[in-house]
Amino acid sequence: MTGTLLAIVSAIFFPGIILRVKSIASGRKGPGLLQPWKNIILLFRKSSVFSTTTSFIFRLAPAVYLATICCALMLLPFPGMPSAFGFEGDFILFAYLLALGKLLFILGALDTGSSFEGMGANREALYSMLTEPAFFILLGTLSLLSGQLSIQGIFSHFQFAGQFSLIAGAISIYLLVQIAMIENSRMPVDDPKTHLELTMVHEVMVLDYSGVDLALIQTGTNLKFVLYGGLIANFFMPANSDWLPLTAAIQGSPFTVHLMAALLNVSIFMAVQAMFAAAIGLMESFRARKKLAKNPQFIVTLSSIALIAFILVLLLTRNLIR
Amino acid sequence: MTINTNPFIVPLADIPLFDYPEFFAKVNELMADEGCHCVTYHAVPLGAALRFFCCIATDHKKDFVLLSHEQAAPPIPVLDSLTVSHPSFHLYEREISELYGVEFTGHPWLKPVRLHNQEAGSRKQKAESGIIHPAFRIPYPFFSIEGEGIHEVGVGPIHAGIIEPGYFRFSCNGEKVLHLEIQLGFQHRGMEALFLEKNTGIQRAVLAESIAGDTAAGHSLTHAQLLETLAGITPVKALQIERIIALELERIAVHIGDTAALCTDIGYQFGQVVNEALRTIVINTTQSWCGNRFGKGLVRTGGSHYPLGGGFIKLLLLNLKEVEERYLQITHEMFTNPSVLSRFEGIGKVSARQAGMIGAVGMAARSSGVKRDIRWSHPFQAFTDIVYEPVTLHQGDVWARAMLRKQEVEKSILLIRDLLTGKDFEREPARPVYELNLRPSSFALSLAEGWRGEIMHSAVTDPHGKIIHYKIKDPSFHNWMALALAVRNQEISDFPLCNKSYNLSYCGHDL
Repeated sequence: MTGTLLAIVSAIFFPGIILRVKSIASGRKGPGLLQPWKNIILLFRKSSVFSTTTSFIFRLAPAVYLATICCALMLLPFPGMPSAFGFEGDFILFAYLLALGKLLFILGALDTGSSFEGMGANREALYSMLTEPAFFILLGTLSLLSGQLSIQGIFSHFQFAGQFSLIAGAISIYLLVQIAMIENSRMPVDDPKTHLELTMVHEVMVLDYSGVDLALIQTGTNLKFVLYGGLIANFFMPANSDWLPLTAAIQGSPFTVHLMAALLNVSIFMAVQAMFAAAIGLMESFRARKKLAKNPQFIVTLSSIALIAFILVLLLTRNLIR
Repeated sequence: MTINTNPFIVPLADIPLFDYPEFFAKVNELMADEGCHCVTYHAVPLGAALRFFCCIATDHKKDFVLLSHEQAAPPIPVLDSLTVSHPSFHLYEREISELYGVEFTGHPWLKPVRLHNQEAGSRKQKAESGIIHPAFRIPYPFFSIEGEGIHEVGVGPIHAGIIEPGYFRFSCNGEKVLHLEIQLGFQHRGMEALFLEKNTGIQRAVLAESIAGDTAAGHSLTHAQLLETLAGITPVKALQIERIIALELERIAVHIGDTAALCTDIGYQFGQVVNEALRTIVINTTQSWCGNRFGKGLVRTGGSHYPLGGGFIKLLLLNLKEVEERYLQITHEMFTNPSVLSRFEGIGKVSARQAGMIGAVGMAARSSGVKRDIRWSHPFQAFTDIVYEPVTLHQGDVWARAMLRKQEVEKSILLIRDLLTGKDFEREPARPVYELNLRPSSFALSLAEGWRGEIMHSAVTDPHGKIIHYKIKDPSFHNWMALALAVRNQEISDFPLCNKSYNLSYCGHDL
C-alpha cells in the first residue's frame, strides 16, 4: 500500500516538474509546480458537454480509464511493505488493467464518429498492440531472473543494491522509460503540446471531452506516469535489511532502525520520480518527434531489446544451455 | 508588345488586340518556353465588351509580353480553354468564369475560386441572370475517389490554431493521402472593388497594407510603385533603397518566424523558442523605424514619413549582426540534428516540372529548382542598380523550403548591409504625395518580390485618369496548388508540416 500512496503523493509534483524543466530549457521561467493540478481542479468544477452523436460508452470511458489506472497503482510494490493486493502472476493483471482502460478510451473516441478521432484511435490501438510484447518479455525476463511471479516478489528480490545483473537492470529501466513515454503519448511518439489534429495520437481522442470528464482523463494520465516511475524507482530501493550496515550506526531500537531504512527508501522513491519527470522534460526539449510512419518500427525495436535481455538472462541462469 | 521595365505603363490604344484564335496561338507559343510564366490574365469590362489582358514574363530575357483580346458580352463568350495545354492558366480562367460567366470549353477543373461562399441570394440572382456558370452553383463540386478503404477527412474551415479559414478535404487510403482539395474564399473581402470605392491616396495605401497582413511591406510597395508609374513619378534613389530595406526586413522577419513554426510542428522546442526570440528582434527593429512591427505606414507614394536616419541605421546594423550570428548558430543546430532532418528530408516533394506546370512563384518555385525571382528577372526600385542572384534549391521537399529560408535570410542581411554602406541618406525629407494625377486611358502593371514570391498589382484608367479596374495577385494564388501536390502520397500527419513549409496566405488568395 505504501508504494501506492507514495506514487499518488509524487503525482502532485510530477506534471509540474516536466513543465518546469521544459520551460527552463526554453529560456522561460515557467509556471508554478502545482499549476497543472490547479488546471485539473478547475476542470473538475465545470460540467461536461456531450456531442449528440455519442452514446453511453463515451461517458463511461473516462471513469473506467481512471479506475483501471487506480487499480494498477494498487499493485505497485515497495520494499518491505506488501502491495495492496499482490498475487502470483499479478503483472498480467497489471498490463491488462491498463489495456482495459485504453480499450474503453479507444471505443469512446470511435463513438464520436469524428474522422480525426478515428485516426487517433487507430494509431493508439496500433502502438498499444506493439508495446505489449515489449512489456511482457521484460517482466518475463525479470521473473525468470528472480524466480518470482508477482510484481512485489520480482522487485523485492531484485534491486541495484542487491544481487542483480547491471546490464539487465539498465535495459529494464531504458525499456520502462520508453514504454512509459509511449503509453502516455509523449515524445518521441506523440507530442502533447501540438495543436494540429492530424498529427495527434492521444490528444485527438480527448478533443471531445470537457469539464469533469477531461479532468478524469488528465488525472489518469498523470497517475499513469507515476505508476511507471514507481516501477523504475523499485530498481533503486534496496530491501530494508540491506540498509542495516548504514542504519545500525545510529544507536536505537530495531523500530527506529527500520523506520530510518523506510524513510531512506521513501526519499529514494521521490528522488527517482523527480528525476524521471526531469528526464522527460529534457527529452522533450531538445529533439523533434518522430515521423508517424516510423513509430511502429521504433516500438518494435523495444520488443527486440527486451528479447535480447531475455536471451541474456536465459544464458545467465543456464536455462538455455544446460 | 514587349516591355522591359518594371513597373510599366502602356496606353490602352497601344496594346495589341488579337482575335481569340490568334491570341490562343500566341500564348501557346510563348508558354512553350519553360522560362516564361504568366503574370496575369484577367478581364476588364470596358463599355459593352470584356477586354482580356494577358501579361507573360520571360525570366531569362528579363522582359514582359503584353497581349489582349476583346469579346462582346453579352452574349456570354465561349472560348477554348488554355488550361488544357498550360495548367497554370486554370486559376485565371476559373476566376474570369466566376466573375463574368465566360465559358471555357475543355477546362478540366472549372470550379469556384472564392465566391462559393457568397450569400445564397446574390448567387441565385447571378445564376438566374446567367452570369454565373452552372458549375459554380452550391454545393462545391469536390473531387471524390471511390473505392474500398478510401475515406475522406475534412479539416476546417475553422482551425485549431489562430490561423485563417480554409477547408481541406483529404481522400485517404489509411494514413496515406491520395488527393487533397483546398477550398478557399472564406476570407473574401472584395479587396479589388474596395480599391475603386476608396479613392483617396491614403485610403488605398492602408488598403494595400491589409491585402495580406504578413506582407504589408510587399503589397504596399507594389501598390506605391503602380500609382507612381501611373502618375509618372520616379522616386529618388534614397527612397528606393529605403523601400528595399523595408521589403527585406519583412522577408527576414517572416522567414525566421517560419523557421520557428516549422520547429513547432515537429515538436522541436529548442529551435522554436530561439527562432521566435530572433523574429521579435527583427520586427521590433521595424517598429523602432516606423512605429509598427509589420511595417505598416512605411511605404507611401512619392515620399516617406520615416526617412532613414543615422541613429536608426546604427541600430539596424547592430540588430542585424546579432540576429545573423544567432540565426546561423540555431540553424546549424537544426540542420545537423538527426531527429529534425528525418522529419524534413524527402517530405512533401514537388518536382521542378510540377512547379513549372502550376505556375508556382517565389519560394515555392525556387525550392523546387525553378529559378524565378522578380528581384533577379525584372528588377524594381533599387534592385535595378544591383545584381541579385536568387537562391535556388532543387530538392523540392520540406528541407529545401526550410534551407531556402535560411539562405535567403543570410542573403537579405548582406543585401541590407551593402545598401547601407557608403550611401548618404541625409536629404530633404520628401513627404508622401496622396493627390496624384494619373495618366488617362492606360494600363499599368507593377511586380515586386515579397517574401512569399511575386506580387502583382495592375490598374486600368478611364479617359479622365480615374482608376476603373484594379487587379491584385498574391503569390499564394498559384502556390496553394503546390501544397495540394506536395501532400500526395504522403502521410496525412505530415500535412501540417507541408502546409507550414509553404505558409501561404488565405486572405491574400481570397482578397
